[in-house]
Amino acid sequence: MKYSPWSQDAARVLLATLRDEKGPVLMALQLMQKEFGYVNPECVPLIANYFNKSRADVHGVLTFYHDLRTTPPGEHQISLCVAEACQAVGARDLEKKVKAKFPDETADSYCFGNCALGPAVMVDGKLIGRATLAKIEEARR
Amino acid sequence: MRVFVPGDSAAVSIGANDVAAAITRIDPSLTIVRNGSRGALWLEVLVEVETANGRIAYGPVMPADVQSLFDADFLNGGAHPLARGKTDEIPWLASQERITFARVGIIDPLSLEEYGQHGGLVGLRNALKSTSEIIINEVTESGLRGRGGAGFPAGIKWKTVAQTTSDQKYICCNADEGDSGTFADRMLIEGDPFTLIEGMTIAGIAVGATEGIVYLRSEYPYAISILQKAIELARVFGWLGTSVLGSTQAFDIQIRIGAGSYVCGEETAMLESIEGKRGVVRAKPPLPAIEGLFGQPTVINNVLTLSTVPMVLAQGADAYKARGVGRSLGTQVFQLGGNIARGGIVEKAFGITLNELLETYGGGTLSGNPFRAVQIGGPLGAYFSTEQLETSMDYESLIAAGGMLGHGGLVVFDDTVDLAVQAKFAMEFCAIESCGKCTPCRIGSTRGAETIDLIIQGVKVEENKKLLLDLCEVMTDGSLCAMGGLTPMPVKSAMVNFPSDFLGAAR
Repeated sequence: MKYSPWSQDAARVLLATLRDEKGPVLMALQLMQKEFGYVNPECVPLIANYFNKSRADVHGVLTFYHDLRTTPPGEHQISLCVAEACQAVGARDLEKKVKAKFPDETADSYCFGNCALGPAVMVDGKLIGRATLAKIEEARR
Repeated sequence: MRVFVPGDSAAVSIGANDVAAAITRIDPSLTIVRNGSRGALWLEVLVEVETANGRIAYGPVMPADVQSLFDADFLNGGAHPLARGKTDEIPWLASQERITFARVGIIDPLSLEEYGQHGGLVGLRNALKSTSEIIINEVTESGLRGRGGAGFPAGIKWKTVAQTTSDQKYICCNADEGDSGTFADRMLIEGDPFTLIEGMTIAGIAVGATEGIVYLRSEYPYAISILQKAIELARVFGWLGTSVLGSTQAFDIQIRIGAGSYVCGEETAMLESIEGKRGVVRAKPPLPAIEGLFGQPTVINNVLTLSTVPMVLAQGADAYKARGVGRSLGTQVFQLGGNIARGGIVEKAFGITLNELLETYGGGTLSGNPFRAVQIGGPLGAYFSTEQLETSMDYESLIAAGGMLGHGGLVVFDDTVDLAVQAKFAMEFCAIESCGKCTPCRIGSTRGAETIDLIIQGVKVEENKKLLLDLCEVMTDGSLCAMGGLTPMPVKSAMVNFPSDFLGAAR
C-alpha cells in the first residue's frame, strides 16, 4: 500500500477537514494513519492543540485502539483471524506457519465476519477465505 | 442479459471478483450485477443467470469453472455439474423465513429502483403518514427485541427516548459486529443497505431525532463503502436530508468507523468511541436513552433490529409476531460458522431446535469428523454439547440451558477441540479486549487464563477448578458490563458440559 511521507503541514491540512466534527480525536488519528500509514508521535501535540484537548487525551485514545500504530508499517500487512470460528477450522496451525514465515508482517485479528469460510486472513486489505499459507503467499505478491 | 455474481466480502474472499472478471472476459456484453450473498456461503461463489423461467443458480463456481459454464450454455440454464436449478427452489433457501433478509442477495444493493420494487420504503411512507405514538406502539406490539444480544424490547427503548425533551436526539446503529461467528450485520449492510437506512429513518421520526450515526467496524471495509454510497444515493433521492421524502421531517446519517476494539460493541463504550475517546464503558444509570451520545437522549439498536423495523411498519405488528415462540417473537437470523459443512445465514422463526440448525441446515462438520461442541452467541456465549441438541433456539430456552442467544452466531467444533484450551482463550480474549475500567474484568481475566493453564498442566487440578469457579462468580457479579460479566459463561459451560477436558494430567 502507498502512503504519503509524514509532514506536519500535510497533517494540518487534513485536520482542517475535521474542524466541524463532534468528537474528532479518534477520527483525526484514523485520518493520519490512512494518509501516512501510521500515527507519527508528532501528531499527539498537533491534534491536541488543534482540537483544544490535552496531550494526555490524545495519547489515551492513540494507545487504546488496536488498529492504530505509531511506527511505519512494512511493505505487506497480514492480519490473521485467531477467533473461535477460525480456530475451529485450523487457524491455530495456520498462525504458526504464517508467523514463522512472515514474523514481521503478521498481526492477530479478531473476526472479519467470514466465519463460514475460515480461516480468514486479510492481506494488504484484501480478505481471503479458506486461507492457506499458499494463498497468503500468492496475495502478497 | 443479467448475470449475478455476489460482491459480498465472503464471496469475494474465495474468488467472486475473479469469477466476475472471467465471465466478462468471455462475453463483455453481459451485465454483471454484484448482488449481496443469498446467505448459502457453502455455495459461494453462487452465480445466477436471469432467464425467462426465473433465476438459475450455479455454485460453488471457481474462476476455472467459468469456461465450462459457457460451454454448457449456462446463460440459458444449461446442464452442468454445478447447476443448482432455480435459486428460489434450492431447499436450503426455500425453507427459510426471510424477513430481515428478504431482499439480501436478490436485489442490486445500490439500486433504489429495485429496492422499491421489492417492497422498500413502504414502511417509511407509512411512518410518515403516522404519529410517533402509533409507530412506537406498532414496534412494541410486534414484540421486536434487540438483536445485538441483550434482547431488550425495541419499542420500550424508543418510548423512553421519545418521552425526553431535548434539542438534539440521536439514533445510533451498533454495527460493531465483533463476535466471532457472526456476520449477519455485515451481510445485510453489503446486500441491502437501504433497509438499515429506512429503519433508522423510521426510528428518527418515532423519537424525534434528526441525526443518525452508524458505528461500523474497520474490519468491514466493503460494508463501509457500500453503506457510504447508499447514504449518498438516499440524499440525492430526497430521502435523507432536511426533508425526508418531501415531508417536514429531517434526518441524515453519518458513518463512524471503529478502530479494532471488541469492547466498543458494548453500547456505552461505543458512545465513548463515537465521541472520539477511549472506548471505556460507562456506568449505568444514566441510561443512554436519557443521557447517551454527547449527553443527549439516544436510541441504540443493532443493525438487525433497525433493519427489521421497515417490515413491521409495512406489514404490521401482527404479521411479525405471528412467528416465534413465547416472548421470542418473529424471526432470528442465525449464522452458522466454524467447522460446518453448509455455513451461512439461516433466518427462521424462533423455536427451531439446535439440531435442525446444525444437521438439516449445517449438514454436519466440514472436516467430516464427529461434531463435539457448538458455541452459541459469540465469544461470551456458552459451549453446548451433543447432549443439548434438542434445545429450542429462543431467548428464554437458551438462558434456561445456561447459555444465551447473543447475536445469533453458532460456531461449530469437531472432536479435535479441547474445551480447556477454548476456556483459556475466552479468558485471554477478555484480557486483551477489556477496557480496563473495572477490576474483575481487567485482572480477573488474566488470573483466569493463568488458572486454566495450571489445570491444563495438571497442577492442583481440583483446587484450581474451585478457584476458577470462585473467580467466575466474582467476574459475573462484579463486572460493569457484559465483557467481564459474561466471559465466565464459555468457561463455566466448558467445565460443566465437557468435564473430561478439565482432568489435568489425567486426560
